[in-house]
Amino acid sequence: MNIKDIFTTMEYGPAPESNAEALAWIADHGGIAGHFINGKWATKRDDFATNNPATGEKLAGVTKGTAADVGAAVTAARKAQPAWAKSGHKRARVLYAVARLMQKHARLLAVMESMDNGKPIRESRDIDVPLAIRHFYHHAGYAQLMQDELPEREALGVCGQIIPWNFPLLMLAWKIAPALAMGNTVVLKPAEYTPLTAMVFADICQQAGVPAGVVNIVTGDGETGAALVDAAVDKIAFTGSTEVGRKIRVATAGSGKALSLELGGKSPYIVFDDADIDSAVEGLVDAIWFNQGQVCCAGSRLLVQEGIADRFYTKLKARMDGLRIGDPLDKCIDVGAIVDPVQLEQITAMVSANTEGETYQTTAPDGCFYPPTLITGLSPASHLMQEEIFGPVLVATTFRTPAEAVEIANNTRYGLAASVWSENINLALDIAPKLAAGIVWINGTNMMDAAAGFGGVRESGFGREGGWEGLTGYTKPKGTPKPLKPTPAFTTMDGTPADPLDRTVKLYIGGKQARPDGGYSKAVYNPRGKLLGHVSEANRKDLRNAVEAMNAAKGWAKTTGHLRAQILYYIAENLSARSVELAKRIKDLTGTSGSDEIDSTINALFTYAAWADKYDGKIHGVPLRGVALAMHEPVGNMAVFCADETPLLGLITPMAAAISMGNRVTLVASEPFPLLVAEVYQILETSDLPGGVVNILTGDHKDLASHAAKHHDIDAVWSFSGADISAVIEKASASNLKRTWVNNGRAITPSARDYLAAATEVKNIWIPYGE
Amino acid sequence: MTTNPTLPRNDGMPLDLDWVMAVQANTSAIERRAASLPGRRSVKKDYQAAWLCKAISLMDLTTLSGDDSAGRVRRLCAKARQPVRADILHALGMEGLTTGAICVYHDMVATAVNALDGSGIPVAAVSTGFPAGLSPFHLRIAEIGESVAAGAQEIDIVISRRHVLTGNWQALYDEMQQMRAACGDAHVKAILATGELGTLRNIARASLVCMMAGADFIKTSTGKEPVNATLPVTLTMIRAIRDYHDRTGIKIGYKPAGGISKAKDALVYLAMIKDELGDRWLQPDLFRFGASSLLGDIERQLDHHVTGAYSAQWRHAIG
Repeated sequence: MNIKDIFTTMEYGPAPESNAEALAWIADHGGIAGHFINGKWATKRDDFATNNPATGEKLAGVTKGTAADVGAAVTAARKAQPAWAKSGHKRARVLYAVARLMQKHARLLAVMESMDNGKPIRESRDIDVPLAIRHFYHHAGYAQLMQDELPEREALGVCGQIIPWNFPLLMLAWKIAPALAMGNTVVLKPAEYTPLTAMVFADICQQAGVPAGVVNIVTGDGETGAALVDAAVDKIAFTGSTEVGRKIRVATAGSGKALSLELGGKSPYIVFDDADIDSAVEGLVDAIWFNQGQVCCAGSRLLVQEGIADRFYTKLKARMDGLRIGDPLDKCIDVGAIVDPVQLEQITAMVSANTEGETYQTTAPDGCFYPPTLITGLSPASHLMQEEIFGPVLVATTFRTPAEAVEIANNTRYGLAASVWSENINLALDIAPKLAAGIVWINGTNMMDAAAGFGGVRESGFGREGGWEGLTGYTKPKGTPKPLKPTPAFTTMDGTPADPLDRTVKLYIGGKQARPDGGYSKAVYNPRGKLLGHVSEANRKDLRNAVEAMNAAKGWAKTTGHLRAQILYYIAENLSARSVELAKRIKDLTGTSGSDEIDSTINALFTYAAWADKYDGKIHGVPLRGVALAMHEPVGNMAVFCADETPLLGLITPMAAAISMGNRVTLVASEPFPLLVAEVYQILETSDLPGGVVNILTGDHKDLASHAAKHHDIDAVWSFSGADISAVIEKASASNLKRTWVNNGRAITPSARDYLAAATEVKNIWIPYGE
Repeated sequence: MTTNPTLPRNDGMPLDLDWVMAVQANTSAIERRAASLPGRRSVKKDYQAAWLCKAISLMDLTTLSGDDSAGRVRRLCAKARQPVRADILHALGMEGLTTGAICVYHDMVATAVNALDGSGIPVAAVSTGFPAGLSPFHLRIAEIGESVAAGAQEIDIVISRRHVLTGNWQALYDEMQQMRAACGDAHVKAILATGELGTLRNIARASLVCMMAGADFIKTSTGKEPVNATLPVTLTMIRAIRDYHDRTGIKIGYKPAGGISKAKDALVYLAMIKDELGDRWLQPDLFRFGASSLLGDIERQLDHHVTGAYSAQWRHAIG
């Protein structure tokens, strides 16, 4: 076409970004992506290929890391860690240098990413790479501030990090920057499809003066990842599919390894009838057609208010027609290639299998491309409304009222992100806290920044990346707790009652005393072997009933912190009034004086009463005209296996922490010394605590642990028990990926802040503003 | 130079306040779209040259100064006839390229009409007490008639900003309707003076009301406000145009004016129009740049395209 023709057609024409420098870089590095261990390139092997998905051509060979390779990397990281953890300021200087060097090589990184992954150069150049750089700058600051701002915490040690192919460099930055800032060393495994930007990053580490062994990269596939999970690391940080996340949860159960999982999603995109419709339509381009929809937090479930749905769909289809799909290295392309034919096949199969609703698709070139797709008229029961497609496919349904929007939005196993579009601030700010999600964007989507935590609830995983909240996942309380000595129950010697009056303690469920479902009771003896009474043996059905009671008490989460504080103070007051009697009970049960324990218990109640209305969230300094509110929300329904050795303090401390933040809790009392629960629930009953907020079971910890961890309607399980149940809980928690906090057989002494952090989720609500 | 069939004129419609009041414009979201668009679209080489020629063909080459004289206006008209050096146009194969129109004050209309005789280039007159629009209403209406009588084929009117700022949509509608009527067969461009309307929501609503009252074009600015054409304002106004077209089937034109002085900016505007409204809007009957210094930058870019060397301002004829 000559200029005159183009003048008539006004087509865009090709606008290619050169890949010559990136190809030369690969050639200069032997044409193979391999391990970077202890500051050096290890021997490279061409075990499999990484291809350019847009062309199908091989870009480089990839070395498949073996368990021995992983071991060598972990050894190097272990050796380097103590020195690296010494000076926050030195770490800050190194992280700053990394950020600066990434900036200098920004275009190389962007082109390499687009070649390897298939994402449009516009995205890698304008989003992925700048965000990754920002992550290192931002975390250089945390390294500098750690000593002053986190004086009670220290590095975990060596972190194993496994990242996905959808944002190879950005996920590397999200993993490595906070780990390094907090004094950890890392072994990172890039995704099998996309190892190349990690190679450039290794090069940058050398140039930036990152000490040998601090950053180690081992390339490979799922088996390499499994070897890293099994290796002698202190933490596994994983971003990827929920399926693999579950496997890692099971594999690390009971190992004492810390774990953070950032998994899948089916994030709702809610459009109310008073929204700026055109902007909401445009937002979907960034929500579901960003990175070909291969985004864990993609707004993939469109919920439109019924009255505007037809108009909205019409506008959306017109917008879809304008999307340009093709060569990722063309600067004028909106949608690039799917990362691999395997993924393309999966998307194609899922969409082809659907027989519901109406499907609208634009066109895509031949090859590893999938056309932007909209499927309207689905219902929550539709398969595609529930399952993550991980491609450029948007599914849609309608709602009538704000309450219904929330109900449909939360009708999912996932809980990563959500978008709310409305010009009514009352509506938007009312909906945001009601959504089961770790991130909510008001009138926007896919906003991310190093200063704000990213991560989800439910089966979207746990832990946050970014912001102050993200540092928790890369630190631990200082010091190493001692092994927990078991506290055996006293058994019978003569079995005669200590008190002739029979004493049988029931369970406490939903604010009422309840006989155990199984109809069994267990005798409790004092240190001299005299019978003190009987406690009920709770089974899984009693636990189920307790969960029902917790569900009925969900209103507790909406009460004010002031009210929760008042009730906690009242519990303390009533407990204090019965302190003589309780002290005697503790003495009878344990053989040691109970008065100190009672003082500590009242102290704990005062502590959490104090915190109830003071555990404030944060406003993050994100680069936006607006705010990102990091709000603390209750985790939900909790089960706690209480400490054995201090039957009252061990019962009340986690209870007070949990309910102070608005959680409902089912406590499984000290196994050897359960008999004082009757006094406790009498106190609760007289303290205005609504029924179901606290439920108390007695029984065998081992038996109840797996049932609690498996229960889909329990959101968190804690264990301070002397019973060996940490592994059981972590393993069984994989069912719904609930939060777990277990002692791993150690005598842990968490601070109030540790308890509060475990009792809350951080929800980041992004609120851009401006007229 | 348009080869498109003549579009039906916008006869307007009754003022639909329900529609007007339902219009929303989320500033942050609109700004995000405007900010990301330049990174999403790129035209290179021959395509860029063709697009820059297109920008020239869509240009209302403008002079609106107190010291305008007949000589100055004739010089500008000569530039409109030959906007780019002949050898460059020849090399591009774009002989015959002219600007879209000449835009002047009323007193210069007759001079411009004479100077452009036979070129087919229309003359646009700014009118209705431009730029403030606060002269007596009957004089503003009379001014339109005088300009039309002097040969102006396009009239750029200014709206009463106070009607927007006080939410008096009926008054805005009535005013616009009367101005449209006074234009007769001349096409009317409604200048919203967006820099003085306070919010994008106001801009969206004012755009809609002017279209309902029969505007053929909506235009951002007089060039005299503190803030003139911007991408967020453009997005807001062309989305209103799209909405109006969706519901009435009538295509309304758009003219950003003031502040667009770089070839690169012009390309971004064209891409925004193409993506949001479609190719049909990239014709002079539906899109104009109101600009004075933009042409010079485009000429230098075209010179570079042809010769491969960066050009200098003095190598191109002034207007």
